[in-house]
Amino acid sequence: MWKWLHPYANPEVSYHLTGRIIPWFSALTILFLSIGLIWALAFAPADYQQGDSFRIFYIHVPAASLSMGIYLGMAIAAFTSLVWQFKLADASAAAMAPVGAIFTAIALITGSAWGKPMWGTWWIWDARLTSELILLFLYLGVIALHNAFEDKALAGKAAGILTLVGVINLPIIKYSVEWWNTLHQGSTVSNLGKPSMSVEMLWPFVFCFLGFALLVGTIVCIRFRSEILIRNSIRPWVKALALEKSLSNNALENK
Amino acid sequence: MSEHQTNTSNTSLLSAISLTCIREDRLLFDQLNIKINAGDIVQVEGPNGSGKTSLLRILAGLSQPYEGDIYFKNKLINHSNEEFHQALLYLGHLPGVKGEMNAQENLAFNLNLHGLHCDDTSIKQTLAKVNLTGFEDSLAAHLSAGQHRRISLARLYQSTARIWILDEPFTAIDKQGVYDLEQLFKAHINQGGCIVLTTHQDLLTFEPSSIKKITLDYIVE
Amino acid sequence: MAAANLSYRAVFSLVLKRDLTIAMRHKDDIINPLLFFVIVITLFPLGIGPEAQTLSRIAPGIIWVAALLSTLLSLDRLFKSDYEDGSLEQMLLSPQPIFVLVLAKIVAHWLITGLPLILIAPLLAILLHLNEQSYSALMLTLLLGTPVLSLLGAIGVALTVGIKKGGVLLSLLVLPLYIPVLIFATSAIDTAALGLPYSGQLAIIAALFFGSLTLAPFAVSAALKVSTN
Repeated sequence: MWKWLHPYANPEVSYHLTGRIIPWFSALTILFLSIGLIWALAFAPADYQQGDSFRIFYIHVPAASLSMGIYLGMAIAAFTSLVWQFKLADASAAAMAPVGAIFTAIALITGSAWGKPMWGTWWIWDARLTSELILLFLYLGVIALHNAFEDKALAGKAAGILTLVGVINLPIIKYSVEWWNTLHQGSTVSNLGKPSMSVEMLWPFVFCFLGFALLVGTIVCIRFRSEILIRNSIRPWVKALALEKSLSNNALENK
Repeated sequence: MSEHQTNTSNTSLLSAISLTCIREDRLLFDQLNIKINAGDIVQVEGPNGSGKTSLLRILAGLSQPYEGDIYFKNKLINHSNEEFHQALLYLGHLPGVKGEMNAQENLAFNLNLHGLHCDDTSIKQTLAKVNLTGFEDSLAAHLSAGQHRRISLARLYQSTARIWILDEPFTAIDKQGVYDLEQLFKAHINQGGCIVLTTHQDLLTFEPSSIKKITLDYIVE
Repeated sequence: MAAANLSYRAVFSLVLKRDLTIAMRHKDDIINPLLFFVIVITLFPLGIGPEAQTLSRIAPGIIWVAALLSTLLSLDRLFKSDYEDGSLEQMLLSPQPIFVLVLAKIVAHWLITGLPLILIAPLLAILLHLNEQSYSALMLTLLLGTPVLSLLGAIGVALTVGIKKGGVLLSLLVLPLYIPVLIFATSAIDTAALGLPYSGQLAIIAALFFGSLTLAPFAVSAALKVSTN
């Protein structure tokens, strides 16, 4: 049933395939991000309540949703790897983890930066910010566990199990934090909620979102390629590749 | 892969196809094919660090090879886990003896875990065979490393498993003990079992030609 | 003598009995986490001040956070010594289903560390001037919640048992997973103090208990196979 997938399961094929995709991805990333960010920061109308500080949402919201999305992606990769012994999936999960952690950190920083003028303080135990903080802990746990193993194959499996445990817990944690927040919240604090968006705000937002998503795709592809090389360092094709690289480097130096 | 296997042999108890093992970025062995039949005694040889222990652990299903598959009676071991474990006895470097329990309790637990029920007298008799008479009630914490080793070896005398995988079984065993173990090995393979082992000393009472050898080299890249 | 297949119950009680025997002959493992629990809780009044009103306000949180930490401290004993002396690999190679072995070990761990915690909790609640109406809520949440801590913690230990300095890593892996239990347990105790029904929170903790009871043993089995590799 999965026969058509088989060629892509070959590390060498995936390595070269992602190599061809990366230039397209990076070009599209630059295009979408520059259009989106310039539009959002310079031309889109200011929010009638929050003024210009609303513009940080053009970064915060994509970062926050991508941070969740990347974790989900890691969980899917971990599942494929554990169930179908699909080794490349481990490499892709390892490629995604630090990117996800960075986007979670961006979401946290932009969130609290937005909060400073609104709430007068850098940190408030808002439900979304708190879940984002816990998500960061989950990411850091997966990365730390991955680094603690010498053997990459074992590291991938262990991190995969933890990711799956995390993804089952994530909705529970999110729900419990939201519930906890409504329980303890005074009426004075305004939530980091979604403001109603007009059409002039929507389009730059769509561009920003796609731009950041493509950025994630590009970085993950680049990291995925190096993960493949690390895991297959004893393969003849990797050795040949390394030889080719060092020869061309030598040729450059000799010029 | 498995279809190709069924044609080759019906008797092989344990076989491995194109095993490759990498530890800490070092290639230990590459594309190793092994076939172990009933009545075989197989000695894995090689210098330190050549991957003898890794090979035994892979054959026992404890470690995953980088590449390759292990078959028990022509079935992948992961697919016939319970049956394979029923037929397997693996003794590694670590004796698996708890310091908080006495010799008798340790042996009884290990046997029970493998579905073997023994009364106190037969356990005492078994401990006597490995020279532990008088130590039955001592907590293992008060016993020496060699005695721990012998508690774990005692399981061999009660084992119903056909496949024995033994990593350096003769460490800390005296001459008489080695002789006794070798007699036990002979009885085991005569009953249709098989043994895979590593040892630094030669098996003295076996015909050299009756021992199958797997030689691992220290691969320098 | 033929090898017979043991029933799940026989395997379970075999391992449970073994772990309890070992714990009884090595009582430090039971007493030390308990002492830790008591000491951490005595530190809070010293750090915050002895006003009964403040203490009774934060008592549920303190007791529960101390319970999380002392469980974390005791988790190490769950698989570490078995890993180091080779018993763990023998268990994984036995013909018995691993999830039954694992479940028996987790239950033993809870009986050794979770149960004493529950028994001593009312005493500590007195020290912290916990609201009188909250005692039953405290006991019920501990009774339902500490098994969840053992079950989720077991996943973390199973993943880190082969790592040399796994202790700090373990807390990073496990503590975020404990957050829902902490939130609902403390809220149940707070609600009880107001004299309101707290069955909703209890039901959620019970759901967490059954969820982790069914899923954790499988995650632990998979993790142990990786760790003994």
